[in-house]
Amino acid sequence: MNLGGGQTAKAMSAPSSSASLKSGDVVSDQFPAGLRVLVVDDDPTCLRILEKMLRNCLYEVTKCNRAEIALKLLRDNRNGYDIVISDVHMPDMDGFKLLEQVGLEMDLPVIMMSADDSKNVVMKGVTHGACDYLIKPVRIEALKNIWQHVVRKRKHEWKDKDFEQSGSAEEGERLVKPLEDVDYSSSATEGNWKTSKRRKDEEDEPEEKDDTSSLKKPRVVWSVELHQQFVAAVNQLGIDKAVPKKILELMNVPGLTRENVASHLQKYRLYLRRLSGVSSHQNGLNSSFMGPPEATFASMSSLGGLDLQALAATGHIPAQSLASLQALGRPTTKNSISMPMVDQRNLFSFETPKLRFGDGQQQLNNNSKQINLLHGIPTNMEPKQLASLNQSAQTFGGLNMQVNPQASQSSSLLVQMSHPMSRTQMLNENKGNHVPRLQSSIGQPILSNGMHSGVLSRNGIVDNVRGAVYNPVSQASSLVDFSINKSAELPGNSFAQASNSGISSLTSKGIIQEEVSSEVKGSRGFIHSYDIFNELQQHKAQDWGMQNVGSTFDASQHSALQGSLDISPSSFVQQGFSSSQKDRNVSIGDAIFSVGEGAHCNNSKFGQQFNSFVADNTLRVKAERLPDSGCQNNLFPQQFGQEDLMSALLKQQEGIGSVESEFGFDGYPLDNLPV
Amino acid sequence: MEGNQLQRQATHMRRTLFDQGYLDEQFIQLEELQDDANPNFVEEVVRVFYNDSARLIRNIEMAMGKNPMDFGKLDDVMHQFKGSCSGIGAKKVKRECTRFQDYCKEEDPEGCMGAFQAVKQEHATLKGKLDAYFQLTRQC
Repeated sequence: MNLGGGQTAKAMSAPSSSASLKSGDVVSDQFPAGLRVLVVDDDPTCLRILEKMLRNCLYEVTKCNRAEIALKLLRDNRNGYDIVISDVHMPDMDGFKLLEQVGLEMDLPVIMMSADDSKNVVMKGVTHGACDYLIKPVRIEALKNIWQHVVRKRKHEWKDKDFEQSGSAEEGERLVKPLEDVDYSSSATEGNWKTSKRRKDEEDEPEEKDDTSSLKKPRVVWSVELHQQFVAAVNQLGIDKAVPKKILELMNVPGLTRENVASHLQKYRLYLRRLSGVSSHQNGLNSSFMGPPEATFASMSSLGGLDLQALAATGHIPAQSLASLQALGRPTTKNSISMPMVDQRNLFSFETPKLRFGDGQQQLNNNSKQINLLHGIPTNMEPKQLASLNQSAQTFGGLNMQVNPQASQSSSLLVQMSHPMSRTQMLNENKGNHVPRLQSSIGQPILSNGMHSGVLSRNGIVDNVRGAVYNPVSQASSLVDFSINKSAELPGNSFAQASNSGISSLTSKGIIQEEVSSEVKGSRGFIHSYDIFNELQQHKAQDWGMQNVGSTFDASQHSALQGSLDISPSSFVQQGFSSSQKDRNVSIGDAIFSVGEGAHCNNSKFGQQFNSFVADNTLRVKAERLPDSGCQNNLFPQQFGQEDLMSALLKQQEGIGSVESEFGFDGYPLDNLPV
Repeated sequence: MEGNQLQRQATHMRRTLFDQGYLDEQFIQLEELQDDANPNFVEEVVRVFYNDSARLIRNIEMAMGKNPMDFGKLDDVMHQFKGSCSGIGAKKVKRECTRFQDYCKEEDPEGCMGAFQAVKQEHATLKGKLDAYFQLTRQC
């Protein structure tokens, strides 16, 4: 290690990339100097001390005292950090929630800290996936070795990806096992699975591999279809008995390795665990959550609902909006979708973000419940739904056309979007999948709002809500453009566009890649929504998103819808977020909020972020993915009329600015997004 | 020489703080972090601590004022305060914090009140001593 001092470390760790850690196992000579650490602690004393200690270790330190800010930083610069150190006890967000989110979204190693050394707290850290737990007061010696977690994680990643090698399956699985054990140790349902898995692994012949971390295999893109197949296989086997080998056999997808399935399964389980934890915690919904197939579905949908709630909770979505959104989402609810467009305006009152969080949640849950039915199954939207979606999309589109900067517009869109989407989306993957779906169905107008689209998908919901919030503000202009350009754009698409969050677009892009073109398009919008929130302000993202959105939607609403349904690969990612209804929702919302606010997105960034975002849950679509998936970044521009998008974006940008002042950016009409 | 004398005084004062249990090992950690780039690091951290701890103490006061006492919340806030104290090695203050938390667990309001007084007392005492110490070291 180079002990040249601060300068050396700085020079080594370029913000753009941590060459030492990213490029396979090639490690800089100076490593671990220059390790990019993000430290989060609300205690300024400890924060200052940690910062100094880490600097003394020659790490590159970024400190922040709020979890939301931390998430924003991480999202804005997805590849900008190597490891996160976070306090457990924080006022704005529970450290464990942050831990989960980071793990899901960015897949970075997270170290927890606390003055509390009681066993159950430490255990909590373990079960939530912390790679280490430090007791305060922290000594510098403890910090000197944190780089090992970064290396370890990357090693696992690479090995995980190394699915092409015959022996890798075993090894990968075995490598994955410890992680999985950690993740699932607390889950009751995991017990059997773990046991069986262990047995299975033991039976397999462990093949000692040399260090293959330098090998970077192309990541498998978990398209919506692929994920559907996966979920179907898991449900068929039963969540307890779903082992990668059997799942692989059931799926019968050529080229897919057990390793791919294993890592995907790991994420899926995490997602389910969260769902069940959240939903049951929330309001005891869906007792079926715990059950295998149904639970999965239920959780999925509930997640969607949760997201909205979370969003509402976080104050981004006005309570009323949330309620109305929920109403919309549920066809059968009395509130019903009949929300007139006009009323939607009310939904998006920006002022009362935190009101009725509980209500919203309830509603969301209900919504999700309903949606559960469809959830999890790569359902095809019923023709009726599609029709209604299209119709609503049209209607909204009309509204949107007016370029109504008011939140109401967005809200209406959201509502619409969420409504149709909620059904289909909820089904699939509450989180990630929803987003794309919703968006596509709603069509352009909605998307413009950007927020709307976000609402739709679970991920989208959470995100969408956020996005919605943002979008109305800035989206107004973009909306118009959208609608003009692409009438049938899936909400998600426009959403993506509107919101700066290129990431979402990217995500969807990646996912789309795998799928049928039309579907892919739809999903594109979808995925974006998630990130869109964050990137709302991003110009680039907007352009990017818009492009994607537009193009996607054009493809064909129906197919898009269908596709979007499938697109949920990202749902996993989303899952993490929506699952925690109460706490998480808030945090998610907050996180998204904060992210959206300041997120900067540039195409490349989005792609990366998107990739990583998606990848986290599914395949870790990291930067390298972009090329594979057709570079979401690239794709988007082509699809939309760039000029149109640009102008729309620019308008949005302006709109956003003005909106912010107008609404204080706090109101997220997404509350009412029906999930 | 005066410089040497001041230095000796500072050293002695520091020694006493440790011997009398006001400071613990963590304080030494802070001292070791001090370097040419950050020559007043320890003083800086202690200053940050006292700024922030005033706020935490106010939080505890407010929570203590509630009737009935929310022991869970009190324990929570005290936990934060204690974590902060441990950062600078405030040994005695930390001990009183633990006593307070014990009373919280027993849900003993009077015990809590008494312990809180002790916390504040130790907190103020340490501040005085450290202020004097830093004043001395600055002169060296």
